[in-house]
This record gives sequence, structure tokens and C-alpha cells, in this order.
Amino acid sequence: MPIYRFVIRFNQPDPRSASLLADAHALGFEQLKLITCQDIYFLEGQLSPEECRQLALELLTDPVTQTADWYEFPGAVPYPSTAPRTNLEPANQLVEVTLRPGVTDPVAAQLARAAHELGFDGVHRAATGSRFLLEGLDREQAGELARRLLANPTIQHWTMDAIAPSFPQEAASSGEVETIHLRGLSDSEFLAVSGSRRAALDLAEMKAIHAYFQSEGRDPTDVEFEAIAQTWSEHCGHKTFKAKITLVSSLPLEEGWRGEGEIDSLLKTYLKSATDKIAAPWVRSAFVDNAGIIDFDDEFEVSFKVETHNHPSAIEPFGGANTGVGGVIRDVLGVSAKPIANTDVLCFGPQSVRFSALPEGVLHPRRILSGVVAGVQDYGNKMGIPTVNGALWFDPGYTANPLVFCGTVGLAPKGLHVRAPRRGNRVILLGGRTGRDGLRGATFSSMTMDAQTGEVSGASVQIGDPITEKGLVDILLPARDRGLYTAITDCGAGGLSSAVGEMASSIGADVDLAHVHLKYPGLTPWEIWLSEAQERMVVAVPPENIPALQELCDTFNTELTDIGEFTGSGRLVVRYDNKVVLDLANEFLHEGIPQRQLIAIFSTLSPSLPRRDGGGFGGGSLAETLLKLLSHPNIASKAPIIHLYDHEVQGGTVVKPLAGLEADAPSDAAVVKPIGTTGKTGIVLSNGLNPEYGKRDAYHMALAVLDEAIRNAVAVGADPARIAVLDNFCWGDPLRPETLGSLVEAARGCHDGALLFDTPFISGKDSLNNEYLGADGQRHAIPPTLLISAIGLIPDIAKAVTMDLKTAGNLLYLVGEFAPVFGGSHFELLAPDLSHDPVPTLATNTPKVYRALHTCTKQGLIRSCHDLSEGGLAVSAAEMCIGGRLGLDLDLGPREPVRGLFGETTGCLLVEVEPDKAEAFEALFAGLPVVRLGTVTDAPTLSIRTNTELQIAIPITALVTAWNTPLQ
Amino acid sequence: MTTKPTALILQAYGTNRDQDAAEALSLAGADPVLVPLNHLRLGKRHFLDFQLLVVPGGFSYADALGAGKLLALDLKAYFADEIRAFVESGRPVIGICNGFQALVKAGILPGNREQGMESSDATATLTFNAKGHFECRWVSLRPVSQNCIWTKGLSETIESPIAHAEGNFQTSDQSLLSALSSLNQIALTYAHPDGSPANGEYPTNPNGSLLDIAGLCNPAGNVLGLMPHPENHIHPHQHPRWTRGLTMGSGLPLFRKGVKYAEAL
Repeated sequence: MPIYRFVIRFNQPDPRSASLLADAHALGFEQLKLITCQDIYFLEGQLSPEECRQLALELLTDPVTQTADWYEFPGAVPYPSTAPRTNLEPANQLVEVTLRPGVTDPVAAQLARAAHELGFDGVHRAATGSRFLLEGLDREQAGELARRLLANPTIQHWTMDAIAPSFPQEAASSGEVETIHLRGLSDSEFLAVSGSRRAALDLAEMKAIHAYFQSEGRDPTDVEFEAIAQTWSEHCGHKTFKAKITLVSSLPLEEGWRGEGEIDSLLKTYLKSATDKIAAPWVRSAFVDNAGIIDFDDEFEVSFKVETHNHPSAIEPFGGANTGVGGVIRDVLGVSAKPIANTDVLCFGPQSVRFSALPEGVLHPRRILSGVVAGVQDYGNKMGIPTVNGALWFDPGYTANPLVFCGTVGLAPKGLHVRAPRRGNRVILLGGRTGRDGLRGATFSSMTMDAQTGEVSGASVQIGDPITEKGLVDILLPARDRGLYTAITDCGAGGLSSAVGEMASSIGADVDLAHVHLKYPGLTPWEIWLSEAQERMVVAVPPENIPALQELCDTFNTELTDIGEFTGSGRLVVRYDNKVVLDLANEFLHEGIPQRQLIAIFSTLSPSLPRRDGGGFGGGSLAETLLKLLSHPNIASKAPIIHLYDHEVQGGTVVKPLAGLEADAPSDAAVVKPIGTTGKTGIVLSNGLNPEYGKRDAYHMALAVLDEAIRNAVAVGADPARIAVLDNFCWGDPLRPETLGSLVEAARGCHDGALLFDTPFISGKDSLNNEYLGADGQRHAIPPTLLISAIGLIPDIAKAVTMDLKTAGNLLYLVGEFAPVFGGSHFELLAPDLSHDPVPTLATNTPKVYRALHTCTKQGLIRSCHDLSEGGLAVSAAEMCIGGRLGLDLDLGPREPVRGLFGETTGCLLVEVEPDKAEAFEALFAGLPVVRLGTVTDAPTLSIRTNTELQIAIPITALVTAWNTPLQ
Repeated sequence: MTTKPTALILQAYGTNRDQDAAEALSLAGADPVLVPLNHLRLGKRHFLDFQLLVVPGGFSYADALGAGKLLALDLKAYFADEIRAFVESGRPVIGICNGFQALVKAGILPGNREQGMESSDATATLTFNAKGHFECRWVSLRPVSQNCIWTKGLSETIESPIAHAEGNFQTSDQSLLSALSSLNQIALTYAHPDGSPANGEYPTNPNGSLLDIAGLCNPAGNVLGLMPHPENHIHPHQHPRWTRGLTMGSGLPLFRKGVKYAEAL
């Protein structure tokens, strides 16, 4: 069938070119003078020249800004075009890029649909591409730029001449099922089977599988083996968090340390147990559903889930982050809730790292950042979910392993989330079609991805299609309200295997994979069963409700597929064209995994080294140090990224990511008043993260980041008695006892911190094995990273407090146990010689401080409030000045200046109070640590003294400039 | 007691600010009804059953082939006559953000000549922001047109967020620009908070639009299209500086104008 190629060019410089040019320059291609982007479209089908002209003009170009030319491909004879066909542009080099076959391409899908809508029935299918004209580079440099910036071989082809489209091959459907021979194998052969299928199963697990099938009198099919490997994977089964861990310590165990040699499941011992002990009556679901759920008001409940999508983001930053967001949104849909807010916390390598310093096969951190941010932006914005809270952290340890934490908050009327499929209910698959997307995703990415792999396997990397997911939201919420389904879950990791497997775990199901709609033919049954194609949900539907659900699907352009029945047999039966390809007892699939036995060694308990003061600090003046801290990439303004996210859609963002007179200062937390709720209650979202502390002391890091998340929430007005938290552990290889040791310490910190604050964990996730073996043979592991995400309630949004200074003449107080140290501080990053301090510890009276602060907030005594975090008190005060464009005149009293200004502490906030409310404020803090530091001034200067001696005096304009330093 | 005018809030494939718009219309005194595009196609609902038409923001068809382009194609392919009748009846129409993009690409706005409904004839467009990327930030808008039923009589500056990647108003026809001015079709312009013009300066004019144009109406004045989202500033606590006691520039009066006009029809 003929293929027609259309090239669309801008009449004026393409606005996209500027940012590409900047990226190229930052990556070292300074010779590049100009880059011109053009769009390529391919249409396969029977089209007349006139039809091509109409398509080009009606569909493919904006008549005001663009021109087009087109021709039948291959061949170079252009049809009459709208473009003045001069000699090739004054570029010296050309790079063209298209997607590999099978990679999700929403634009191509829309193009084919729209062509049919316009009556061009000859169009069979469409593809898209990009064309880059490069001026100033030679051929070799242009190829290098293509590799480093313009194309990602994981999902794309590129050429230096006219590129051909790559449509998936029209393979025949395949019902092929292999038998995996296990009977009679030796131990080493068991491991070889696991390795050859990249199942990541250990010997004990292989033996358990063998024993099960021995009792069944047969060998497993590949469908069964893959399904078990998926269900028992670290990702789905949390083997490490459920393992039995033997503790070994060469150090004297800390007092009160109740580990006593063995822990039976970190999850039970530290996380669930904390929640059980706290027993908060407002927690509606913890660690059971796809997301944690708490009460909102009498009418509604809110859910929250945070997921990681690290490895996919390392190899394809846009698609990895994009589908990370899509996945966590489906988690919230999976508890029958409407997604109302997103969060994103991102960790990357330093943006200025040289290419030569990168491990082999690692994308440049700058490219990872821009791809990840674009992926988050694309999905959240298109779904119409505001991205309201996040964080960004840079560390060399994230160069090869970026971390991408995506969170979604959901809102649902109480009591409508149903969880029990009934016998006879249909197994209904909704949403996108199934392809090889993400198939054994981690597996494929560890294979050598040569051109051949891409052609044969289609895309192993997932790319999102947010509008398809929006369709799911549009049908599932009315379906919920009308009671059309009896259970719901999302297709995430493990695809149908995980989704149907979980839903059927108590009842059993019988499905036929031949019914599943495929993106392209040729998938084998195990590939269909395990596919991680995005934008799919599974619901259990009584047969009589199918017509109503079908009508909703038709209204919102969503595909509904009936793939089988919930049976009540207690077995999971999967067929392909009626032939049984999987037949497993639920009990074995879900409970049959042997508990892992692991060893943890503690080497991270921080020894008490003598403290050194910062008196000998020779790194320049205190003022210079403060400005350096303000422009440190972990502290500096994230505004350029924040403005890429829609944080206003749904109209509920009451406290926004940026605050203050010029809306350019960092809020402590977001406050969201969900549309459709009638009371005054709002949701507060915040987070805590500090891998610098994690490198030194995982236990105190956990306490510190839990405290940080809670502190940020309380700062804007959350009721400390109504905060719940989520954990996300990202660690290295837990089979290394030292790595597991720090993981145990962090989990113990979570437990102790939760009990101290009476703050329950309601959901969590772990991502382990974040290590990268470089070509240099070195292991590149991430720092121990714990993200705590907090969700709280503010009883009255009108009482919310922002961090910007409000009025000259007001008083500024420091509340909380101020115990600044340098261990893990950002000051230490600037002056590493001072590293003799431990990391901050958590004072036990901190919860009382937060309760007192909340009482003051409720009584309207607080004008502004900002927490002390990275960079210490001076950075916090500076940010408040930036927010209000007002000065501060503070005196820290008799304190060692460097420590007082830049040391880091937990549990502390700066609070602005009007003079006539000072008495009431101080009375509420009676018996608690509170110090009046000074006043807000009209004079636009931040002045900080110790014992009346002036240490720092910086104009606000200088603070603003430093803070707005680009992230390199 | 008068009954409230009903407002059709169009839900296309990828619309996402439909509920925001519905809340604004409701507060402004209308009775908003969310209507999926497919229900209109199937004839379950009709445009002329409603007194107002709202084409809300979002990413219809994922912005494929240009923001609003494929929704415009739907409007032309399925509803050309109905929409023309609706517009010619003088009823208020508002297209916000993606809705504005769709109205422009369908040729309904600026609507300065008899529309052949052929997009290749169009001389005006909303193209990529000058900065080349999506942007969400608050802007100030000066109501200009005394011909547009949505902005006539509004004097206070409106403050509201923008959230778009393709909001840069451009034309290939210089005579159109003078016509827009002389026919009072420039409904809203990007301005400083005090109402003084942005003069193209970023970020006061966030996208590089010619003449700081943020919103346009048709020559008759009943169809308004605008890039910013006044529907996201209908409560004081939505304003970015409300905790500083600054809550000026609500977007609600604009919607009230449209609803009042519909009531009087």
C-alpha cells in the first residue's frame, strides 16, 4: 500500500527550537547556530493527489503559521505544495526521527481517526516523525546530537536523510503456549530456568513452584510461570518488606532497640503496626487498597497514593514519568475516587556533569530532567489534574538512577467503593488496547536493546495516552455512582495477570485472552496476560449492568471488552480460544511464596563524634554563604518547572506551590479545596525527603523527613491530629546486608516517628535494587532515599497561612527545639571539612509545638509561617523576605553565628505575629520552646545579629536574584 | 420568578475544565448542564435547547495536530448548521482556552467574514506561546470591548490564571487587526494589575499575542473566546494573594454579564 509523506514547516522560527537550542548548547554543542524543527506525518493508504492536498491543508497545517509539502514515499518528487520549494534550507545537516513500531503514538491515532471523519476512507494508518535542520554542525556532530538529544533509541529510529515510517508488522495471531519443564531438574538448572526467562526467582521460590506442579502432576505453561514470577516479584510481592531478617550488629545496640536479632516482616513490624497502634478512627483503609483512604468530611473520603517509576524514567524519561503519573492516577481510580491533585518529587544527577563522566549507557541528567518534567506535565495537564506539591533533589548518586515519585489524591463519596466481585459477574476490561508495552519492562531494559530487539518485540517501554485515561475517569465515576460494578482495579505492573489475579483472589475467575483487543496482532497468550499496556482498568460487572456501562463507554469513546467471568471456583483459569493456558489455585498463587530470609548488618548507627563549631569556617563571608545556599539547586527556586504544571485546574488550589507578593516564594505545603465539597475543609499536601541525612544515619533521617512532612503541613494550617502519611523507600540491593541494615533502620524510624506524632501510615511502596553497574565495573547505587508524603486536613481553608511576610512591624518568633547541627546539612555540602556533626535528631516535645501552633492558626494569630529545613534558619528567613518583599531584623541571641544561621534542625518554624496578638500567642506556647527573634521591617534588608552583633545584612533584591538562579 | 437560563457545557474528548466552567455559570445564575459531544451527535440533546453555550478548556483530542484543531473539525463536520443558528440567534457563547482555540480554528472567531468553514481560508490563529512551552501563571486582564456582551460595562481588571501552550494570537492579515479594533472585537487584553497595557512584555503578556490580545469576540459581540480562565477565579480564596488580604479582580462579573444577557433574550 502506498505511503505518503508530509513535511510541515513553520513560516517563522519554530518556538520549540529555542529550548532545543539551549539544551544543545548546555550539552556542549556550542557550534550549533540554529535548529529548525519540522513535523513529519506519514499516511498509508490509497490517496489521490487532490486528497493529499486537502489533507495537508485541512488537517495537517495551520494556514496562518505553517506550510506543507508532500510526496509518495519513497521517492522524492514532491506533489504541488503550499511551501515555496526553494533549495534545502540553509542548514548543513539533517536529522529525522520516528517512533519504533508499536510505540504508543496518540497523534498518529488521532490523525487516522480524523482523516476518516473527513471522509478520506483510503487512509489505512498513520505515523508521525520529527525533522531537525541543524546549522553549524558537521555530520559527525549532528549524529552525536541526535544520539544525545534528538532521539532515544529505546523508542525511536533516527537517520540523516529522509526517514521511513515503521509500522508494526502484520503478524498472524498466535496462540502458542510453551511448557516450562521443571520436573527432574537440579538446583542449578532451576536457577537457569529463572534466569533464562528473567523471572528473578530464587531457588526457594523455584522449588516451591516445582512442588506445586508436582502435586498437580504436570509442568507449568509459560503463562503460568510468567504469572507466578510476576505475582511473586519484588515489585508486586514486596518480598524484602515481608522477609524474615536476621540482624547482625557489630556496634552496641542503642537503648530501647527492640530488634533482638530477628524481624519478621518490616511491613508488619514497623509500618502496619504503627498504624494499628495509633488506631485513628478516621483512617478508612490502610495498606489494603490500591491507595490509602481517610475521612474528609461527613460526605466524602480522600485517598492518596504515591508510586515510583524510576527505571522506566532512566531509559525513556518522558515515557517513564508520563506512565508513572498515569499509573498512580489509576491507583486512585482503583479506589473509585476522582483524581483531584497530583504531586511529584524528582531526584536527578547534577545537571552540569560532563558527558565523559557518565557511566556507559546513561542519559545525561539534564536530558532526564527535561524529559521527566515534560512527562509529568503532559499527563497531569491533559488529564486536568492540578500538580500542586513536589520537590526536586540533586545528588551524584542519582545520575544513573533518577527517582520519579508520582502521587495522586482522590475524592469520593463515602461508602461507594466496592471490593467484592460476585459469582457470575463478568470480567470487563476497559480503556486502551493491549500491546507489548512494558512487557517484563525491567527485563527488556536489561537486555541489549539493539535495532533487532526493537523491531521484533515492539516497544517494551510504555508511553502514555492521557486522553484515553481521561475517558476512563469520565465513565468510571458515573458507573460508580450508579452502582454498575462490584469491584474495580487498575492494570499496572503485571497487567491483567495482576489485576484479574488480585480481583479473583477470593473467588476465582475464568477468562479467555482471545477476546482481548490488541494494538497489533501476534501477541502470545503470556504476552497478553502480562502486558503492561497503559490506560486499562478491570471491573467486575453483573451481566444485567453491561448495557448501561456500554452506553457510558460509547458516550466517552472508550472500549469495553468482556473477557470472562468470576466463577466462585477458587481457581484462576485462563484460556486462549477456549484452550486452557493457565489453571492455578488462588491460594498457591497469592500465598505460596516462601518467605525470604535476609541478613541485615548495621553499620550506619552514627557514632558520636565531637562537635566542631563553624568558627573556623573560611569559605567567604556569611552573606556570601547565604546567597550560595539560596542558589544551591536543592534550595533555589523551582518556578521554571512549577509554571509548566497546571496547578489551577479544578479551581481548588487555595495555597499554591508559589506564594507571596510576586508569587515566587516556596510554599511549605499545598492546600486544596475540592470542587463539589460544600464545607470549609481543605486538603493539605506536603512531603519530606533528605538523602543527605540518609547517607549518614537512616534512622534519624526517617524521623527527620517524617517530621518535615508533618511540619510543612502544620505550617499552612493542617490539624496535626488529622495527618496521615505515605512511605516510599528507594534503596539499593537489599541482598547486601549493609544496604538492608539501613533500610531496617529507616523503617524503624518511620515506626517510632509515627507513634511520636500519632500519625498513621496509610499506604506505601518500595523500589529496591536502584543500582547501576557501569562499564567501569563500578556499582552506582543511590543514596538511601525515603520520601514521606503527608495528607492532612485544614478545618477551615479561610484560616490557611502562607509563608510570605505580611506587614512591617509584626514580630517574628522561632518555635520548636532549635538544635542546629551540620551533619548532612547543605552548609556542609559547601564546606565539607566541617563534617563532624551527627544529623539532626528529633525532640520529643515537637508534637506539642505543632499542636500549639495549630491552636494559634485556628485563632487567627499567625500572619505567616515557614519551616526551617535545608540551609537552616537563614535560608528560611530569606525565603520569607522574598515572599513579602519585606525585611527582617533578627537577633539570635548568644549563639555561635555560623551554626545558628546555617545549622539544620528538626521541629522548628519561623512565625509572624501581629504585636497586639503577641500576648495570646506567647500564652499558648507557655512551657514550650519559643523565642522572639525580631521584627518585620519596611527596610528591604535581611539583618541577622547574634547578641546584638550584626552578622548578616543583605538587600532583598540580592536574595531574590540568588534564589532565582537557574538550576544550572 | 424567572427561570434560570440553561448553559450547555460542551464535553469533548479531552475536555477537563468543564466542571470549573459549570461552577462559574452556576454562581453567575445559570443552570449549567454538562453535555457530552456524542449526545449531541446522537441527537439526544440539541444546541438550541440551551440559552448559553460554553466550550470549556482542556486538551480535546490531546491537542493532536494543533490545539483545538480536531474539536474544530467535529464542530464543522457535525454541528455547523446548529452552531451557526445558535450564534445568529444572538445567544451568548463563550470558548475558554481550548474552547477559544476550537472556535478560532473552526472559523467561528473572529468571524469577520462569511465563513466557508474551510480552515485553510482562516487568517487568524492561536499558535505556540512565544516561550515555546506550556505555562500556568496568573495574569491581569483589561476588559476592552463595549460591543462584547460578556465584557460590556466591566471596568475592573480581571485576575485569572492561564494554562496553555498555544495561546499566541497571530494573523497573516494585517487588515484583520485594524478591523478587530475598529469593530470593537478585542474583548480582553493582557495588562498590568493597574490596567496599563502589557505592550507585549513577558510575562505580563504571557504568550506573545499581537496587541496583547487575550480574548476576542465576533462582530455581533455575542461570542467571546479567551485564553485565560476566569472560571478559576470565582472565589476570593482562589486568588494567589488572598492571604495578604488582596482579593480583587474576580472573574465572576464576566460570567454574570453573559447570563444576564441570556436572561433578557
